Order: sequence, then C-alpha cells, then structure tokens
Amino acid sequence: MNDQQTYNYTVVRQFAIMTIVWGIVGMSVGVLIAAQLAWPVLNFDIPWLSFGRLRPLHTNAVIFAFGGSALFATSYYVVQRTCHVRLISDKLAAFTFWGWQLIILSAAITLPLGITSSKEYAELEWPIDILIAVVWVSYAIVFFGTIVKRRVPHIYVANWFYGAFIITIAILHIINSAAVPVTLFKSYSAYAGVQDAMVQWWYGHNAVGFFLTAGFLGMMYYFVPKQAGRPVYSYRLSVVHFWALIFTYIWAGPHHLHYTALPDWTQSLGMVMSLILLAPSWGGMINGIMTLSGAWEKLRTDPVLRLLIVSISFYGMSTFEGPMMSIKTVNALSHYTDWTIGHVHSGALGWVALVSMGSLYYLIPRLFNRELYSLKLVEVHFWTATIGIVLYIASMWVAGIMQGLMWRASNPDGTLTYSFVESVQAMHPYYIVRFLGGAIFLFGALVMAWNIWKTIAGAKPAVGTIPAPAAAH
Amino acid sequence: MDISIIQSVWTVVVMVLFVGIVIWAWSGKRSKQFDEAANLPFDEEDALIAAKTISKESTHG
Repeated sequence: MNDQQTYNYTVVRQFAIMTIVWGIVGMSVGVLIAAQLAWPVLNFDIPWLSFGRLRPLHTNAVIFAFGGSALFATSYYVVQRTCHVRLISDKLAAFTFWGWQLIILSAAITLPLGITSSKEYAELEWPIDILIAVVWVSYAIVFFGTIVKRRVPHIYVANWFYGAFIITIAILHIINSAAVPVTLFKSYSAYAGVQDAMVQWWYGHNAVGFFLTAGFLGMMYYFVPKQAGRPVYSYRLSVVHFWALIFTYIWAGPHHLHYTALPDWTQSLGMVMSLILLAPSWGGMINGIMTLSGAWEKLRTDPVLRLLIVSISFYGMSTFEGPMMSIKTVNALSHYTDWTIGHVHSGALGWVALVSMGSLYYLIPRLFNRELYSLKLVEVHFWTATIGIVLYIASMWVAGIMQGLMWRASNPDGTLTYSFVESVQAMHPYYIVRFLGGAIFLFGALVMAWNIWKTIAGAKPAVGTIPAPAAAH
Repeated sequence: MDISIIQSVWTVVVMVLFVGIVIWAWSGKRSKQFDEAANLPFDEEDALIAAKTISKESTHG
C-alpha cells in the first residue's frame, strides 16, 4: 500500500513501548531513593548510588524519558489521526525517536557519575543540551509540518495544546540552558545571582506548566472523548481554557523563590498569577470530566476510562493545592518541606502517569490490532495505582507540615525548639509509608507492562489507513 | 515611565484580550465550526472495532 495512504504508526509504536520501559526504570529508581531516605544504609557507600546523584536520574527518567516518550507517541498519533495525513517526514520522525533515546542514555550515564549543571530539572551538561535542542526542533518541524499539510479545515484542540507544549519547551530549554562551557563535561550558567535563579524557575515552573500540563491536556482532549465515545463537553470552553492557561502559566515561576533575594513585587506577581491559574486549570478539569456527562455508567464497566477520569481528578486536586501553596504565608510553612514532594507526586503520579497509562491502554491495542489481554489486570492496575498515590501524598502532607512546624518552633528566649536532626528523625515513619506507596504504584506499572506484553506478543503491527479526502467535507 | 503604570496598562490589555477571546468563543458564528472540530476525532474508522468483529467471527464462526 502506498505510504501516503497510511499513517506512520512505526514511530508511535516505538515511543509507546519505550514509555512503559522508561516508566518502570524511572519509577524503580524513585522507589530506591525513597528507600534510601528511610534506610540510608541502602546507598552502600557507593558514590554513584548516593541520593544526590540518583535523585536527578529519577526526575529526568520519569519526566523526560517516561513522560516525554508518552508525549511523543500520543502527539504523533493524534496529529496524524485528526489531520487525516501521514507525518510530514518518516526519517525526521525516526531521528526524533533515536535522538531522544540517545539523550536518555546519556543522562543515565552522566548523572550517576556526578556530571551535572546542578540546575533542577535541567541538570544535563551542555553537549546533551545541544542534542536536546536539535531533537526538539526536529520534533517541532515534524509536528507543525504535519499540521500544515492537513486535509481537514480545523486544527483539533488537542493539537493546540501539543503545539504550545512543543514551542514553549523549545524556548524554555534554549534560554535556560545558555551556558559557558569550560570543559566537555563542565559549564557555568550564562546568568548570575538572582537572575540565574529567576531564569531557572521561569524554566522550572513552565516545565511543569507546558511539559507536564499542556502536553498531557492534549492527551486528555483526544483520548478521553475517544474512550468515552463522545465529543468533548464544550469545545468553546476548551478554546478559552487554552488561551487562559497559556497567558497565565508563564508568570507563575517566581512562587519558587518566595522570601529570597528576588524583588518583592516579582514574588507577589508570581503568587497572584499562580492564584489566577486555578481558574483555567479547573475549567479544563471540568471540561474533561463533564465529557462523560450522560454516560457516567461507563465508569462502572470501563477501567481504562476510570483511569483517565481519576487522572483528571488528581489534576484538579493538585492544581488547587498548587495555587494555595504559592500564597506567601502558606509557602512560608510548606517550602523546603516534604509537602512540596507530596504536591509534585499528586500531579506526577495522579495526573501525568495515570493519563499517560490510560491513553496507552487505548493506544496500544490499536497499534497492534489486538484487544487488551486482560481488563481485570487494568482493574488491578487502577486500584494499586490509586492506593499507592494516596499513601504517598498523605504521608508527605503529614511529614511536610510537621517539618514546617518543627523548623519554625521557637522557645520564649528566641532559640529554636528543635535541632534539624530531630525533624529528620521525626520523618522516619512517613518515609517508610511513602516508600510503600511508591512501591505499590510501581507494582501497578509492572502489572500494566505484563498486560501490554501479553497483548502485543506475536501480534503484527497494525496499519492505519487514512480516510479518503472525499470523506472530508 | 513608572513601572506601576506599565503594570496597570498590561493588566488592562490582558483583561480586554481575555474578554475578547470569551466573546469570540461564544459568538453564534463559531458554533458550527466548533461542532465540526469537536467531532474530528470521530471522523474516522476505528481499526480496533473492525478487528474485534473479525476476531469474534473467527472464534465463533
């Protein structure tokens, strides 16, 4: 069959499979470092197994390897199927796949060796940063090139979110990674002092806003309607949701720098914009959940749909919690404590991971022309994941608030009531519960991997036929 | 110019822009286009549904 009559499923399949592989790798490292915090002996006095080196490996693996692969897979699938056209270049798409895997491997080697720029979520050194920029620009060319040659008049809303994610990440990455190389493995940031901090958290918060939110909202706007079998609740709301989110997110970064050398007005601006962000976030959440309006009974029978809807609920929860934590007085208690870690994981496990996994349960059967091996196992995955997340975030709330209160407690004569190490000691039981929560979540991911393996073993790759142009009106 | 004037002007500009987008999105003219766009994901054959029927036929037939 002519290439131009079929979709490019090859690159979607590759990224979809690697999503699961990197998910398990990244989450396993997470469980290991959670165990190290509870039982420090587990670093075995080996430098490259120490928490400080494995923590960036964990964050890079789950955000960029797992989340990134999920975004590549779903965006390539969605843009083709909603534009009725094959990707503009198979070769460039293949380059983005192999390039992205090479970046992940370089991260997995350099980070345990202690090679780092020490910028959070942007730790990779300059040669890898350049490779990321090249791969990302290629991704943009493939994605937008495909939109340009679409055979339908409209650009579906999911593609707007994917497009915003791709453009913004390119800008954020290139500006924040600007550095002066000293040797092949060492560079210094192009910015100094508080400017460096502001650029870093402008990048950092928008990595959350555009990588971990806009991209995954693209997923929500395609896979939730498809799995529910009905169009999105309000397309109008999705348009307003898009522009409001884009305009607001970019200003929220300063809330990471409350009570620092950053000018006061910038801190307040960051706080106000973070509070405003609640409105578009919840607009999107309502739009996603209400897509089921009139078809709620499907939640009882369809565990995949349940995963997707619970992910949107966690999105709503963490986008409520985030603005609250950005309020300066709340932040004075929560910042630098484990409350932040709990907040991040309610977003990362609850929203990002579950919406990706739900989308993969939809996607993989269609990429291999096989029904899912077992819906029962999806059910098991759903419950283990949910219980794991609840254990994780509940223990971190308690731990974080306790830390904040212990650190600020003072005696009548002005001395501190507790030494730092006393607060560390108080964390021990909560760190064990967090480890258990993470391990249960990882178990769910392994169940998923088994289910997917049984689904695709021996299956022939599916061929996606593009509808004839006559079908488009 | 004073920084607070720039900030005030910017706030008004963004506010007007937002209201503009809302009016644009809710104007009657958009309704048909939005319906079409919202149904784009369904304007296709679902390969899996076709496969499901085939596999059922082959097991029971």
